[in-house]
Amino acid sequence: MERSILKSMLKDMLLARAFEEQAAYEYTQGNIAGFLHLYPGEEAVAVGVLHAAEPGDYIVSTYREHVHALVRGIPPGKIMAELFGRKDGCSGGLGGSMHLFDQQRRFMGGYGIVGETYPVSTGIAYAIAMRELPEAVICFFGDGAVNQGTFHESLNMAALWNLPVLFVCENNRYQIGTEIHRHSKVTEVYKRACAYKIPAEQVNGMDVIEVYKATQSALLRIREGTGPQFLEIETYRLRGHSMADPGSYRPKVEVQAFKDEDPVTVMLQESLPEYPSAEQISAIGKDNIEHLSEHMHREELISPEEFQRMKQQVAETVEQAVQYAQKSPEPSMEEAFSALNCNRGQEVLI
Amino acid sequence: MANEVMLWQAMNKAMDIEMAADNSVFTMGEDVGLYGGSYRVTEGLYAKYGEWRVRDTPISEGGFTGLGVGAAMVGMRPVIEIMTINFALLALDAIINMATKIPFMSGGQFPMPLVIRVPGGVAKQLAAQHSQRLEHTLMNVPGLRIAVPSTPQDAWWQLRQAIQSNEPVIVLEHELLYFSKGSLDTNLDPVPMHRALIRKKGDALTLISYSRSVLLAQQAAERLAQEGIDIDVIDLRSLSPIDWQSCIDSISKTHHLLIVEEDCGFAGAGAEIAATLSERCFYELDAPVQRHTGLDLPTPYNGTLEAATIPTVSSIINAVKQLVQSGE
Ligand SMILES: Cc1ncc(C[n+]2csc(CCOP(=O)(O)OP(=O)(O)O)c2C)c(N)n1
Ligand SMILES: [Mg+2]
Repeated sequence: MERSILKSMLKDMLLARAFEEQAAYEYTQGNIAGFLHLYPGEEAVAVGVLHAAEPGDYIVSTYREHVHALVRGIPPGKIMAELFGRKDGCSGGLGGSMHLFDQQRRFMGGYGIVGETYPVSTGIAYAIAMRELPEAVICFFGDGAVNQGTFHESLNMAALWNLPVLFVCENNRYQIGTEIHRHSKVTEVYKRACAYKIPAEQVNGMDVIEVYKATQSALLRIREGTGPQFLEIETYRLRGHSMADPGSYRPKVEVQAFKDEDPVTVMLQESLPEYPSAEQISAIGKDNIEHLSEHMHREELISPEEFQRMKQQVAETVEQAVQYAQKSPEPSMEEAFSALNCNRGQEVLI
Repeated sequence: MANEVMLWQAMNKAMDIEMAADNSVFTMGEDVGLYGGSYRVTEGLYAKYGEWRVRDTPISEGGFTGLGVGAAMVGMRPVIEIMTINFALLALDAIINMATKIPFMSGGQFPMPLVIRVPGGVAKQLAAQHSQRLEHTLMNVPGLRIAVPSTPQDAWWQLRQAIQSNEPVIVLEHELLYFSKGSLDTNLDPVPMHRALIRKKGDALTLISYSRSVLLAQQAAERLAQEGIDIDVIDLRSLSPIDWQSCIDSISKTHHLLIVEEDCGFAGAGAEIAATLSERCFYELDAPVQRHTGLDLPTPYNGTLEAATIPTVSSIINAVKQLVQSGE
């Protein structure tokens, strides 16, 4: 694999991690509010998949989409400004963390209702197929999202009409607090695609190179006219579901629910979120970033000095993003109403 | 004896007592079990009653709400929790086409002892897809009861009444009220589920509201009282059916009506209230009925704009003053 691609993927993964850690910090400072779903641990998925995509391909993502947006090339400052709810955010400060959009970059949105990414994707793909264009749609969703009706409805239509969609399941084994064995009978998600005759495979999401290669060949098959493809990428989120969900609950909550007949202390709204520090996270073990950086060190694809420089650059980028967000003004009510009425043109209502 | 509790605790206790009393009561929803519920209403119940009675579901709102309908047809008393009202949009077929139609279409053969609990409303910067209200849509469905508790005491009474009832009942809970405190006396005789309650008394104006807006209205009324303007604050508690008589009695005394709601104004709950009370109280009113509502705008993520889309204590005070003065 080309060294330049590896380097650029490593840089994006470092940027993704630094950006999300900064967002978590800004949340604790009150600069970001609402639901904030972070991506640490899952970087190899967005980075591997989107590096294999063409700029003409469309991206449809969920509420956990900051990193997809970053890798797609939306300027970090525009994303951070959106998280801050500012006018210069990529959705004008009206959408927030869960609803990043960028028409120019074909970033077709972050969706907050689980199961919405499939129909949006098949719709875009229908238009591509009708116009006989060489483009594809990349549709992201979680393991919990495959039990929504739209999953089955959309996979059937995509297969039936041979639509150019790459379905990418980010299987982090959790649907908020519900572990996959407790939400799904078939836990190897890729197997479900065979009900619709969609070629599917399972990919190790700890290895960005594997993700990249699997995506590349799936997209190639789509462009050759084979129809929709399906990747299940196995990954793990290191933090809680969102900043409203304490990160360390997973084993603990299960123990406590049985131990206490009294109220289990699942502190949701009341407590300040308690998160593992960056050190604790890296102490959990090798994560997907280390997987790549160690490989590159071992193969001498990057020097320790260059790696340090890269980290430094990433830190500066994130700092600039925060400054950009801080400087941006808040949107006005007039802007909110003109967004609402953007399709009305010059019509005057009486 | 009254205790100070948070609203979620009152609901938790109501669930516990009903589950203990009747083993056909079961609850189901996303993260209601091991996790204890997003707003803690089902906390501790999984350990106590086990997984058949406290079921964690996949993300399949249409499916598990419909399952509740089927179970209710054979005598179970399901309490379906839909994580938020925004996701209840995916379950509208089960609620509207099934739960409320089956008793009717079967000529009354099948009672529908189904409860659907849903948090909703504008919370804190949850953005456009997570800040909605659906009362307008649900109110337009004959055969559906809608409870909108604003205090722990009402949440306790109304959830228990809903579970015991043979009708489909939807309990609209406000996300910002779960951690608000109030007194709970479990020995008090319950007020009928649909009865409106007067939270504050006065002669200058009748303010009708429901859910969280009642709390804002009460604060507004207290400040207005300091300025010598005393108003009736009516907490509807139920949006279907509505206790019109309590409203009419108050209007006959004050001759002014202001409706305050968080919902969008256009075709919102307040539109029904205004229309019916204008019809029924036309000769009692000294001024046209006024509505003070949320803006007809999806909720912006930006915090300043979000706050400006819904009524606040001071905007309610202004609306009251304007209406009182216009009638003079
Ligand atoms: C229709 C709907 N139901 C429930 C929710 C609440 N909710 C938000 S994320 C989530 C879990 C989704 O899990 P998964 O699809 O595995 O994605 P992950 O968060 O793990 O990336 C739930 C239940 C929602 N947003 N939409
Ligand atoms: Mg998941």
